[in-house]
Amino acid sequence: MIFRPSHFTAVLLFALFTSVVFAITQRSTPQRMFRYGAACFGIFAGSAIVLSWLMYFLAR
Amino acid sequence: MATSTSKTAASSGFQYGPLLAGWILPGAGHFMQRKWIRGALLLLAIGGMFVLGIAMQGKLYTSAQSILDMLGFAGDLGSGIFYLISRQLGLGADSVQTTTADYGKCFIVVAGLLNVIAAVDAHNLYTGRKQ
Repeated sequence: MIFRPSHFTAVLLFALFTSVVFAITQRSTPQRMFRYGAACFGIFAGSAIVLSWLMYFLAR
Repeated sequence: MATSTSKTAASSGFQYGPLLAGWILPGAGHFMQRKWIRGALLLLAIGGMFVLGIAMQGKLYTSAQSILDMLGFAGDLGSGIFYLISRQLGLGADSVQTTTADYGKCFIVVAGLLNVIAAVDAHNLYTGRKQ
């Protein structure tokens, strides 16, 4: 089985898996885990998008 | 009172069972402490990341000839049984030849590093350092 995701799909998958582990290991209660995981996912994905646009304008 | 007694009892014996179990199989350290949902989520996240990395034809480090190889090898070893099975089955690429394979290599290494964090978390739960 060969999986060839786009760069953005890879970023989203990476952010999802990493956020789940960070949330479980860094917080104690389910509610705080969910909020921390969501925040981590947003920061991972959001910073990738922002940095991509920055590099796009720097390359021009 | 009962909580502090059980914590003392847990910390007086062999403390590294959950740490070792969690390293060998992601989530096993949490399963040992009846944290079923946390363990299942860790197994899904770390196992999924490793399997996707292999499916992207990511490189599996088999030896350490330079410092970077050594770091990658240490990261791969963190995945425990997933790494050993993949080595035995000859999965993973010998070298990175496509962009997707580079993502895959990162997925495999990071899965191992995340598993180390999860195993330490299981140890902290066992010793009472974390609730």
